[in-house]
Amino acid sequence: MTRPVRLGLFLTGMAALAATLAVAVGDLPGFGHYPGPYGTIIARTGVAARHGTDLVTTVNFDYRVFDTLGEEFILFTAVLGVALVLRRRRGEERTSEEPPEEHHFPGSSSALGAIGLALVGPVLVLGAWVVTHGHLTPGGGFQGGVVLAAAILIVFLAGEYVAMKRVAPHAALELAEASGAAGLALVGLGGLIFAGVFFKNFISLGSPGAILSAGTIPIGNLAVGIEVAGAFLMLWTEFSDQALVVRSR
Amino acid sequence: MSVLPYLVAIWVLSWGVYGIVTSHNLVHLVVCLSVAQASTYILLIGVGYRSGATAPIFAEIPSSTPVVDPVVQALALTDIVVEATVSALLLAIAVQTKKRFGTVDPDELRALRG
Amino acid sequence: MTIAPLPIAVPLIVAAALAATDFVHRRRVTNLVAIATAATVTALCAILIFRSAAGPIVYWLGAWHPRHGVALGIALAVDPLGAAMATLAALLVTATLLYSVKYFDAVSNLFQALMLVFLAAMVGFCLTGDLFNLFVFFELMSVAAYALTAYKIEERGPLQGAINFAVSNSLGGIMALIGIALAYGRTGALNLAQIGEALAQRPPDALVAVAFALIVLGFLVKAAAFPVHFWLADAHAVAPTPVCVLFSGAMVELGVYGVARVWWSCFAAPLGGDAIALRPVFVWIGVLTALVGAVMCFRQRHLKRLLAFSTVSHVGIFLLCLGALSHIGIAALAAYVLAHGLAKGALFMCVGVLIHRFAEVDELRLRGCGRRDAGLLFVGVLFAASGIVLAGAPMIGAFLGKSLGEASVEEAGFGWTVAIFVVASGLTAGAVLRAAGSIFCGWGEDEPPGVAQPQEGDVEPETLELHDRTPATMVVPPALLTVAALLVSVAPGLEDAVQHAAAQFVQTGAYADAVLHGRNTFVALPTEGLKAADFVWGALSLLLALAVSGLALFGRGLVERVPERLRRAGESALQPLEAAQSGHPGDYVAWLTAGAGALCAVIVLALR
Repeated sequence: MTRPVRLGLFLTGMAALAATLAVAVGDLPGFGHYPGPYGTIIARTGVAARHGTDLVTTVNFDYRVFDTLGEEFILFTAVLGVALVLRRRRGEERTSEEPPEEHHFPGSSSALGAIGLALVGPVLVLGAWVVTHGHLTPGGGFQGGVVLAAAILIVFLAGEYVAMKRVAPHAALELAEASGAAGLALVGLGGLIFAGVFFKNFISLGSPGAILSAGTIPIGNLAVGIEVAGAFLMLWTEFSDQALVVRSR
Repeated sequence: MSVLPYLVAIWVLSWGVYGIVTSHNLVHLVVCLSVAQASTYILLIGVGYRSGATAPIFAEIPSSTPVVDPVVQALALTDIVVEATVSALLLAIAVQTKKRFGTVDPDELRALRG
Repeated sequence: MTIAPLPIAVPLIVAAALAATDFVHRRRVTNLVAIATAATVTALCAILIFRSAAGPIVYWLGAWHPRHGVALGIALAVDPLGAAMATLAALLVTATLLYSVKYFDAVSNLFQALMLVFLAAMVGFCLTGDLFNLFVFFELMSVAAYALTAYKIEERGPLQGAINFAVSNSLGGIMALIGIALAYGRTGALNLAQIGEALAQRPPDALVAVAFALIVLGFLVKAAAFPVHFWLADAHAVAPTPVCVLFSGAMVELGVYGVARVWWSCFAAPLGGDAIALRPVFVWIGVLTALVGAVMCFRQRHLKRLLAFSTVSHVGIFLLCLGALSHIGIAALAAYVLAHGLAKGALFMCVGVLIHRFAEVDELRLRGCGRRDAGLLFVGVLFAASGIVLAGAPMIGAFLGKSLGEASVEEAGFGWTVAIFVVASGLTAGAVLRAAGSIFCGWGEDEPPGVAQPQEGDVEPETLELHDRTPATMVVPPALLTVAALLVSVAPGLEDAVQHAAAQFVQTGAYADAVLHGRNTFVALPTEGLKAADFVWGALSLLLALAVSGLALFGRGLVERVPERLRRAGESALQPLEAAQSGHPGDYVAWLTAGAGALCAVIVLALR
C-alpha cells in the first residue's frame, strides 16, 4: 500500500473510532464520581479483611492474585522470548568474556566509578525495603524488583561491565527469574494444600502495620521481587551482550 | 470538565497509532505502541478517581477516609508490566532484524508478500 | 475436590522448572516431562467437561466468595464448552510436543517451557469467569506466541512475521482493554456474570455499544477476521510447523470463543433486544472473511500459507455460526471447531513431514516427491483425508458442525449464507486436494491455472538438512488426529453433547445465578437433528472441492477455452487482494484502525 493510501485508510478509521469513543466516554459517570461497588467495598473492608494497609498491593496479591500470576508469567515468557531471539546464531561468536580492558563509556572517570559503586549498597537496601514493605506502604514486588535490578545496573554504569557479569551470571539470573515465577504459583498451591482453596491466604494475618502481617502477601511480594529483579537484569545482559560481546565471524 | 481526562486518553491513543502507521523505524514503532498503551492507563486510572479522596494506603490515616478506587490501580500496574515486557520482546526482534535485514525501516522489510 | 485451577497452575510451574534447570542438558527428560504435563492437563480438562455437565463449576480463587452479588475475587466458571475447548487445546499441545521430539533440534528447554506456558494461557482463557483475567490470559497467550513465532532467527521471515503478529495483536489487546475500562466505568465490576447483571439494569447506550465493539474487535484480531486477518498468514508462513498446529488449531478459535463468551455473559442482556440489528454485523464480517480466505487459499503455492488462509476462511464460517446468536449456532461452532482443530493440526503435521524430508514447502517444487516411499504415501492419505474432513462431506468430520450451522443461519433469517458455507469449505478443501494430488501423485503441471506467481522469500526451510526417513513420532500424531477428525460427525452422543453444552453456554441469567448466587436455574433447550438438505450441501461441498482441484490439476485445456480477456480481468481483480497482504506492519495497523472505527460506528448506529 502506498503511504498516502495507508494514511487515508488510517485517518478515516481513526476519525470514526475517536468520534464514537468520545460519545461513549460522555456516558461515563464523570471524572471524580467513581460509583463503585468493587473499589468501594474493598476500600471499606480490605484492611480489616487482610490486615494490610496498602490496598493496591492487597488487591494485587490477594483479591486478584490470579491476575498477578498471569502477569508474572507474561514477564517470564517475554524474557524467555528475548533470550531465545537474541541467542547466539550460527556464524556468531562471543568475544572473550575477559576483554583486555574494562568497558568504559567515553567521559567516564574514576570519580563516576567510585560514586557508582558507593551507591550500590544504599540502592540495594532501598529495593529490599520497597519489596518487603509492599503490604504496608506504596511499593511491592514489581516496583522493588526494578529498584533491586537498578542497584546491580549501577555497577554497569560505573563502567564495570565484566564485574557486573560476575556478580550476576546468566545461570543465576535465569534461576532467580524462574524460581520467582514458580514461587508465586507455589504460594497458590500452598493455599490449596493447607487451606483447601487455591491462593487462599493461609498464613496468620498478624496485626495491621507490622512487617510480618497480611499472611501470604509479603511472600508473594518477595517472589515477584526476585523474579522482576532477575528478569530485568537478564534483559539488560542480553541486550548489552549483543552490543558489546557478540560479533560476527 | 468531567470528561477531559477521557478525551486525553483518546488523544494519546490517536497519536500512538498514527506513529505506528507512519513509522520509518522499528524502534520508533515500538515506542509508539507504548504510547498507545499509555492511553489505557489514563483511562483506567481516570475511571477510578474520586474527587477529594486520597490514595488507598491506610498506614497513617483513619480507615473511614474516602479513598480512590484501588482496583484500577492494580489493573494499571498489571497493564504496565504487560506493555513493558512486550516492548522488550519487540525490541529484541528489532535488534535481530537489523542484523538480518541490515535495516530497521518497515518499508524495507520484504521477506513476506502475498 | 475441585481440580479447576490445576490445569492452569501445573503447566506454569513445570514451565518455570524447565527454565530454571536449563543448564542441565537432558533433552529426553525435558521432552518426557513436557509431554507428561500436557497429557495430564488434557485429562484434567476432560474430567472438567463431565463434572460441569449439570451446571458450571464455580471456583472462587482465594476463597473470596461474592457478597450480595458483588464479586470480590476472581472466579473460574467452568462449563462444558469452555472445558471442551481447553481439552482440545491441551490435546493439540500434547500431540505437538510428541511430534516435535524428532522434528527439530530444540534449543535448550526454552521451546518446551514456552509451549507449556502457551498451554496454561489457553486453558486459563477458557476456564476463567472474570473479564480482566480473560485479558491477562489473552496477553499471556499472545506473548508466548510471539516468542514461538520468532523462533528461527537464522532467517529473515520469522522476524518480520513476529513483528507483524506482535504489533497487530498488541493493538487488538489495547482496544479490548479500552472496552474493559469502559465496561468497568459503567458497572464497577470485572466478573463476567456481575457485569451482565449490572448492564441489564439500564437500556443500552453508546458506552455499552462501544465497550462491546472494542472488546469484540480485540478478540477478532486474535481470531484473524477480515480486515484484521493479515498477520495470520505471515505468522504461519514463518513459525515452526509444530507451532502452526496450535495457532490454527486452537489459538485462533479462542478468539471466536472469547467473542461468544463475552456476548452471552455480559452483553446479551442489554443488547440482546437489538440482536436483529447486530446479527448482520457478524454475518457480513463472516462472509467477507470466508470469501477472502478461500480465494487467497486457492492462490497459494506455499503450503503453510495455503493452510493459514484456509484457517481464515474457516474463521469466517465460525463467525457465521456465531452470528446466528443462538444456541444451535454455538453447538455448530463447537462441533466445527473440534473437527477443524483436529484436521488442521494433522494437515500442518503432514506438511512438517514434507519439510523434514525435503526442506521444501512450495507445492510446485514438491510435485511428485511424495511418491518416494510407503511412509510418505501414508502421510499423503492423511493429508487428503483431512482435506475431505474440512470439506464437510456427508457424515465426515466437519459435517455435524456444518449441518447445525446451516440450521442456525436459516433460523436466524440468513439462509442464503449456506452458499458461503459450501463455497468456502469447497474451495479450501479443493486447494488441499490439489496439493495432495500434485505432491503425492505427481499430477498436475508446473504452472497450474489459478495459482499465483512465486513471491520473493516464499520458501525458507526450517530444518536445514534433509532426512532419509520419517520417524514414527512424526507419523503417529497426525494419524491419530486424522482418525479422530474423521469420526467427529459419527461419534456416538456428540450431537447431543454439543447441543447440551451450547444450551448451558447461552443462558445468561442462569449463568449469573450459578456464578453469583449459587443457584442452578438452567433449563433444557430444543435440539436440532440432521436434515436431508444437509446431505445435499455436504455433497455439494465435496463436489466443488473435487471439481476445483481437478480443474487445477488436469484442466489446463478447459481453462484455455476461457477468453483471454476474462482471465486477465480475473487476475487483475485479485491483484489488490494480494497486494493488501503486504507484510508491512503499518498497513496492517491502518486496516485495524479502519476496522475498529467501522465496527464501533456500525454498532452504535445499529442501536439507535
